[in-house]
Amino acid sequence: MASDLNRLGVAEAAARLAAGDCSAVELVEACIAAQEAAANLNAVVADTAERACAAARHADQRRHRNEARPLEGIPVAVKDIFCTRGAPTTAGSRILDGFVPEYESTVSAKLWDTGAILLGKTNMDEFAMGSSNETSWWGPVRNPWSPADGPSLVPGGSSGGSAAIVAAHAVPAALGTDTGGSIRQPASFCGVVGLKPTYGRCSRWGIIAFASSLDQAGPLTRSVADAALILQHIAGFDPKDSTSADLPVPDLHSALQGDVKGLRVGIPAEYRLDTLPVAVGDLWEQGIAWFRAAGAELRDVSLPHTRYALPAYYIVAPAEASANLARYDGVRFGLRSAGKDPDELYTRTRREGFGEEVRRRIMIGGYVLSEGYYDAYYLRAQQVRTRIAEDFRTAFREVDVLLTPTAPSSAFPEGAKTDDPLAMYVNDIFTVPASLAGLPAISVPAGLDDDRLPLGLQLIGQAFDEATLLRAAAALENAVGTLQAPAVSA
Amino acid sequence: MTGARTIVGATGEWELVIGLEVHAQAATRSKLFSGAATAFGAEPNVQVSLVDAAMPGMLPVINGAAVDQAIRTGLALGAEVNRFSVFDRKNYFYPDLPQGYQISQYRHPIVGAGELRVDLPDGRTRVVGIERLHLEQDAGKLVHDRSATDSHVDLNRAGIPLMEIVSRPDLRDWEEAGAYLRKLRALLRAIGSCDGNMEQGSLRADANVSVRRPGAPLGTRCELKNLNSVRFLMRAIEVEARRQVGIIEAGEAVRQETRLYDPQRNETRAMRSKEDAHDYRYFPDPDLLPLSLSDARIERLRDSLPELPDEIRERLIGEYGLTPYDASVLVAEPDAAGFFEAAAQGRSGKRVANWIVTNLFGALNEAERPLAESPVSAEALGQLVGLIENGTISDRIARDVFEEMFRTGSSPQAIVEARGLRQIQDADAIDAAIDAALSANPGQLEQYRAGKTKVLGWFVGQVMKATRGQANPALVNARLRQKLDPDGAG
Repeated sequence: MASDLNRLGVAEAAARLAAGDCSAVELVEACIAAQEAAANLNAVVADTAERACAAARHADQRRHRNEARPLEGIPVAVKDIFCTRGAPTTAGSRILDGFVPEYESTVSAKLWDTGAILLGKTNMDEFAMGSSNETSWWGPVRNPWSPADGPSLVPGGSSGGSAAIVAAHAVPAALGTDTGGSIRQPASFCGVVGLKPTYGRCSRWGIIAFASSLDQAGPLTRSVADAALILQHIAGFDPKDSTSADLPVPDLHSALQGDVKGLRVGIPAEYRLDTLPVAVGDLWEQGIAWFRAAGAELRDVSLPHTRYALPAYYIVAPAEASANLARYDGVRFGLRSAGKDPDELYTRTRREGFGEEVRRRIMIGGYVLSEGYYDAYYLRAQQVRTRIAEDFRTAFREVDVLLTPTAPSSAFPEGAKTDDPLAMYVNDIFTVPASLAGLPAISVPAGLDDDRLPLGLQLIGQAFDEATLLRAAAALENAVGTLQAPAVSA
Repeated sequence: MTGARTIVGATGEWELVIGLEVHAQAATRSKLFSGAATAFGAEPNVQVSLVDAAMPGMLPVINGAAVDQAIRTGLALGAEVNRFSVFDRKNYFYPDLPQGYQISQYRHPIVGAGELRVDLPDGRTRVVGIERLHLEQDAGKLVHDRSATDSHVDLNRAGIPLMEIVSRPDLRDWEEAGAYLRKLRALLRAIGSCDGNMEQGSLRADANVSVRRPGAPLGTRCELKNLNSVRFLMRAIEVEARRQVGIIEAGEAVRQETRLYDPQRNETRAMRSKEDAHDYRYFPDPDLLPLSLSDARIERLRDSLPELPDEIRERLIGEYGLTPYDASVLVAEPDAAGFFEAAAQGRSGKRVANWIVTNLFGALNEAERPLAESPVSAEALGQLVGLIENGTISDRIARDVFEEMFRTGSSPQAIVEARGLRQIQDADAIDAAIDAALSANPGQLEQYRAGKTKVLGWFVGQVMKATRGQANPALVNARLRQKLDPDGAG
């Protein structure tokens, strides 16, 4: 039935297209209809329906000519932080209102080269700074799991739009970016799979920078297999990004085939917080039980510097951001608020163009880098970062993957934490350590809490060992079975 | 005593302490972190890549050719080349700085301590310490003369690779500073790591200047920015030092500040004080990996170095018998050593060197032209010296011939022939002139006969005058003596 095409995952849709069961035009039109039906989520900020339809016709023609590529005709939504040629790209910020890049990010270009089609630039926290998608200049995103009769819940952030649109079955996959949890936490909140690859696995070229030493692109999908499939096509060395790794990308599809018998799964003691909600703790125990039942070997490990991760992250990331965002000065592109001299131009443009959270982080970043404070903050945070990476290296001598909760709670109502930045930052407590260490990590939907809201479990892998990570994630997914669908689901 | 110049003020003698920071454009086809071209004189903003314009999502990639030039320069300065160096971001806002930060090397430069040997006109030699050499990006340029109300930005220079070469405060007067800059320029040009063209901005100097009582602790320094010729550098340092002496002798204190030199008024003016100095918030650029150099690369570059100026200097002294000073001057001026060697073929090296250093450089200096644009070629100058050496013309006549060569570009033979300047060697012709002089001046002849032998010299002058300087002076002398004292008495 054509009306159900939007519910297909990436692999299923590719198979249906290959079998001739449906056309790319039908698939894309079904997703466009689903996005229109889900318009109240505010998940999509730049409408690309027209060009998607044209691309779908082109994809069908290629298939007729037997020139179909692996993802020919599959629509993918892209976080508005990826520069997309000819499509507005704002990173959720007023300061980039009206900016239309003349270039395509490496990661999205690689997807289009495999035949995938851009369908929707997705809403996000401004410059990826946020954990609830409430800092976007384009307004908050509504979590599709929000109860019809209750408050609007946040989708998590910063890739909130990507998570929400995938959860709403309005596109089979979306691209996001993860700096301190920005793929995994919204994936957990929206009940989808979110994969942050190893730092350096995917090129950052053409992705608007938040914190360069942490930013990494990755997929949000409704299955682990789909996440693996997308990663397979976006990963790889890029000479235009000096920090991308010149390493071969393993065959991730075949990596999914194995089981987890004998896989050593580590449970880090330091993640057992007193403040952890019962539902989250119980789900974690359930996850441990699932792995044990599947034949994995469970081990307790220690990551002693974990409690310093969040403070270190909130020094390093704002420091890098304070410089990365200096280019938004009103001189060459984006918003310009006129001033009588350059200083006034900068001040007015940046005060009017950046939201409160972005301004806060620029100021924190400027502060921790300033003379006299550099050693106490930035340098110290980098030392902490080294220790945290060492913690993980030590743990990975004993285990193959680590299992933790993704986030300390399920989705919360809009406005619940906007007045308390520190409460908001705590959302990242389980995701930030792997980010600081550059490790691959994935959030897999693993259950519902008492409010019938999704919760994810996080698996953390060794650097560049996405294959083992995905094998464990597939086993977890298999044990979980099917979750109830969100309230808004086309 | 050092022998350096001092300033004698109302209250006594003051010594200068000077350190130079020289910005030398590394000779490369493309920019430090982008593929855009570096050629001088292009239309505004045609040599600007997306990276140079700091478009969102762009990333820098290090240009290996610029790194090679920095290594070669370090080796030529006898400096330690650091196997590990780091690019930092230097943060400040200015419309000609698209990223909002300059990528430079702050804590870990590519080249460490070295030295430069500087020979001075009075025969002294000063070995000036080099503190470091680091790589950094140039900024763009503001253009103010296109509109009465707006400024324009030309980014052609943005991202051009610069080597900043920082001397220790080892220079003691403006002559030394000028000699240092000339020597450094000659070294850079000799190895081809910078074209040394100060008019086009490929070589610029900042000077840190302070004054003190001889041997006293260091005084407060001022930094003179962007001195773009050796002459301006020297004048700026002198006038700044005199300003500082005036302030101190008036009982006031020198303020540490950055100053600009105005060549029209020959004065320095305050630009910004230490209090308004930027906090540049340096931190390692997370977009770039630390620069790691292999021994093999360094050795390969060491082998690529040509004969260095100090080596040439030793050879000129040894092979041609030049004085150390002449040899130093020849290696300090760009291309002068090659010019000398071409002119000296088959002639007295000492005489040729003297002609270049005294006459040619004097004329070029007056005409404000570089040696490369000399109207007198090495070949022509060699021919001129040849005419002296074979007795065709005297030194005095040669100076006239040279003047015409410089003015018209003609060959010395042509000038000698056309103007009939060939030296009179014919004894009969000289005797005739002597006879005429003696009979026209019976009074002087009488004095001579009375024993006033000094009158002999007066008669030589008369004969030279009568022959318009063309008579061979030695011959005139000999013939005159014979006529006055036929018996050889006296």
